[in-house]
Amino acid sequence: MEFSGSGVRAGAVAGVPVALGVAGYGLVFGVVAARAGLSVAEAALMSATVLAGAAQLVAVELWGSPLPVVAILTTTAVINLRYVLLGAALHPWLRSLSPLATYTSVFFVADENWALSIDAFRNGRRDAAFLLGSGIVLWGLWVVATVIGAITGDLVGDPARFGFDFIVTALFLTLAVGFWEGRRSFGPWSGAAVVGIAANAVLPGEWYILCGALAGAAVAVVTRDE
Amino acid sequence: MSEAVALDPTVVAVILAMAVVTYLTKAGGLWLVSRLELSDRVAVGLDALPGAVVVAFVAPALVDGGVPEWAGAAATVVVAKRTGNLLASLTVGVGVVFLSRTLL
Repeated sequence: MEFSGSGVRAGAVAGVPVALGVAGYGLVFGVVAARAGLSVAEAALMSATVLAGAAQLVAVELWGSPLPVVAILTTTAVINLRYVLLGAALHPWLRSLSPLATYTSVFFVADENWALSIDAFRNGRRDAAFLLGSGIVLWGLWVVATVIGAITGDLVGDPARFGFDFIVTALFLTLAVGFWEGRRSFGPWSGAAVVGIAANAVLPGEWYILCGALAGAAVAVVTRDE
Repeated sequence: MSEAVALDPTVVAVILAMAVVTYLTKAGGLWLVSRLELSDRVAVGLDALPGAVVVAFVAPALVDGGVPEWAGAAATVVVAKRTGNLLASLTVGVGVVFLSRTLL
């Protein structure tokens, strides 16, 4: 594999459509972050440095005073655990690169450009900088969209009046449709739903997300085929 | 506009800690795979995790909701399945919730 400027450019061009989709998500994040009490600069800083949509959304849902630091960081780690697998899956194409190129590229990994890049590499693209290029475009639009969302979010009145409090639920339902893998998902998802609902009834704060998620993963491990 | 650019030191510290945690997950798998063999068991669990997180988040919200939220959820899922377009499913879902709350 090579790692060149033309690879970055090719990735950037190919990444524009998915980055535009991600920008829609960034607008939502900006609105939700502003609602949660983050300033525009703080929301932008989070998008620029964390670059993990689902984790950022759940984190700002947890936002409060005083900040539940342990819950925020634990939840961030749990939601982002999937990146351990996504990163591992990139190994065949990144292993010949310099550590600098590799560990710069992985910062820019998000679900969308990861999928795009894996697809390109499997179809014979020999330039690993495609991942970096598609990631930079995604990152740029993600930050800009966050700023726009955070600014306009400040101008919108009571969110429940317009149904805007439903945005996060709608977002996660949309993600769920993408994550659904047929019958294989049924057991883990039932476990996650039942434990999540039960934990929500008896535990304070947002710990139900962790409890339900770990229960779902446990069901997947216990009921796996073979 | 000074509020818009305000950066609370505690908030900045938490955000940077989130960034470090996230980066470790992104870099960690790549780093590990060249040194350790992920067991099937762990891989299956990690693979199921994104869906489980999403369901654990959504299920209690829907249980706590009422007819507008249920109608909005159904509309969101249908549009997401048909179009795969995030903005479309969000717009329709939020629109249905808004209309149901206004009309009911």
